[in-house]
Amino acid sequence: MQAEVRTRMLRAGLLSGLALAAAPAHAFIAYVSNEKGNTVSVIDTESWTVTKTIKVGQRPRGIEFTRDGKFVMVAVGDDDTIQVIDAKTQSVVDSLPSGPDPELFAQDAAGKILYVANENDNTVTVIDLEKRARLGDIQVGVEPEGMTISPDGKTLINTSETTNMAHFIDTSSRQIVANVLVDARPRFAEFRHDSSELWVSSEIGGTVSVIDPRKHEVIGKVTFEIPGLRREAIQPVGIGMTRDDKTAFIALGPANRIAVVDTATRKVTKYLLVGQRVWHMAFTPDEKYLLTTNGVSNDVSVIDVAAQKVIKTIQVGELPWGITIAP
Amino acid sequence: MIRCLVVLIGLSLAATQARAADPALIGVGYLGVAGTRSTLSLVEQPAENDGLAGARLAIEDNNTTGKFLNQRFALEERRMREGEDAVQAATDLAARNGFIIADLPADALLKVADSLRDRGTLLFNAGAIDERLREADCRANVIHTAPTRAMLADALGQYLVWKQWKRWLLVVGSHDEDKLFADALRRAATRFGAKIVQERVFEDTGGARRTDSGVTLIQRQMPVFTQQAPAYDVLVAADESEVFAAYLPYRTWDPRPVAGSAGLVPRSWDAAQDQWGAIQMQNRFMKLNSRRMSALDMQAWTAVRMIGEATSRTNSGDVRKVSDFIKGPDFSVAAFKGTKLTLRDWNLQLRQPILLVDGRMVVSVSPQEGFLHQVSELDTLGYDRPESKCKLK
Repeated sequence: MQAEVRTRMLRAGLLSGLALAAAPAHAFIAYVSNEKGNTVSVIDTESWTVTKTIKVGQRPRGIEFTRDGKFVMVAVGDDDTIQVIDAKTQSVVDSLPSGPDPELFAQDAAGKILYVANENDNTVTVIDLEKRARLGDIQVGVEPEGMTISPDGKTLINTSETTNMAHFIDTSSRQIVANVLVDARPRFAEFRHDSSELWVSSEIGGTVSVIDPRKHEVIGKVTFEIPGLRREAIQPVGIGMTRDDKTAFIALGPANRIAVVDTATRKVTKYLLVGQRVWHMAFTPDEKYLLTTNGVSNDVSVIDVAAQKVIKTIQVGELPWGITIAP
Repeated sequence: MIRCLVVLIGLSLAATQARAADPALIGVGYLGVAGTRSTLSLVEQPAENDGLAGARLAIEDNNTTGKFLNQRFALEERRMREGEDAVQAATDLAARNGFIIADLPADALLKVADSLRDRGTLLFNAGAIDERLREADCRANVIHTAPTRAMLADALGQYLVWKQWKRWLLVVGSHDEDKLFADALRRAATRFGAKIVQERVFEDTGGARRTDSGVTLIQRQMPVFTQQAPAYDVLVAADESEVFAAYLPYRTWDPRPVAGSAGLVPRSWDAAQDQWGAIQMQNRFMKLNSRRMSALDMQAWTAVRMIGEATSRTNSGDVRKVSDFIKGPDFSVAAFKGTKLTLRDWNLQLRQPILLVDGRMVVSVSPQEGFLHQVSELDTLGYDRPESKCKLK
């Protein structure tokens, strides 16, 4: 009974387009999924401290705020579901029918439809957030992982790790319209805000492919070289792009660094040393700071975006993986 | 007449289009020996389709990718019975398949390689760990996805030295392959600064691996066999023949860990490996084969995946093109071991991390931290380019 009431409240909440009004200027809330700890750490960006640790399901990884900022969705792969955290009470209030082993997901601009990569059965599951219903599945390559939607909402991108492709999916017909081969184990995809390019990181290939989303062609590659570091340790994963599309930040996994890339030349201008096995990242909404999750060192690095400097390290739970910041 | 011609042209056009839409068929043969060897531990007994099951999964994976590229992969399986001629079986397979995955003993593999040389068939050695196949007896048409004894011994040696277990009591079986593994372990000890304090030989006097009152007897024998040893940190056993090593853990006279052919074992793969996305493949394998994945399964999977990787990169099923690409400098394959795997161009051995497993867990993965190399740390495992005797031809 109580659960039912909560579900109904949540549905109403998910749909209301109201912005989060309570947040004071310049203080933001970041949620970090801890893959081994089965927890989500809540970070306050005013004090740069962990203010709460929320218990969630098994193996939390992909994590994102709903568009209205009221809820946080976290994929708990080993429980085959996506849990929903109420940002106000900071506790798990619901779960979504995601399909087996969800890892990363993307939501449409309206926040009504969720696309989930299900690694175990080579599909992308489409979920209606309002009805909590599975609308369908799209067959993709082996081990779907990276998910993103084009800024115009028309194209969904999924990367498959063993097939080594970025699949372009038409969101209205839910059909694959193009497949672009990239380097080994593509893990993450990110559009430029002006839609002119899609960037895809290849963890094992050690590169980031720059794709023309209209021609469906690889038009360039970002490569990395760090003196004194063996090439195999450079494993690009998460990508963050500034709103002006001028600078990209790329997490390099066990190279323990974030590469700062000039998007015009596609060359690395700087490497920032963060924690061990850096996975993913999120900007604060004012874009002053970039927070990165460092898997093996169990911490989050805070980068001053303008200065391109690491200014702080915050201890979180065991094996931090994903991160999202309240809009 | 003209109308006739138009119809003809139309027909031939339609035929061309139909042909263009047909997927490129890529045939892969699998050649193995029927029957399985007997192990001391019942739970380690290999499945009848050991290796083959890995190839089957990789064919499925390749076909999932292939449907986006209009490529289709098919596996033709051949398990030879005792006394069957490997060359004949391989020649027959090669008539329909440009690639052959082989799980054969070294001598048979060499005969097959030489007999198929002029045909251009590309062979993948998924089973034989013999050094000589990558050294004096290396062949330009054989790619090795199985690790070598030296790679396995070095992987273990690095860990034992890192753990500061530097005094080894080496116990060697009486069969040829046990002696070869012991050679590799001695070499590892010398390379990484361990000391073999004493060597003992465990003679195989025959006898059954399964008996009704086995434990009672073993419990008396093993402590006696290992007593009065000089001070040592770890007992290292070389027993590929499965005669005694699995009896040693918990039964040594001195309370010491066991490694090598029992206890902490170096392997290319293990059913317990779940890092670097491996859990997805373990799940896929289990779903397809209703059992867990072995090292041989992985070696065969990797071979078939290498073919798939090369056909998708070259967008071609042509054996020559695919072979050249695999042997070229731009080739690499991902195989759930945390790093890309590449070929040693001097002997066509696949570079790969080696897992150290105890039957339940992955204890560590070599190369260990601190073992450095100017080209690839993976080349700290096994024979390196300057030491190689291989001349590819």
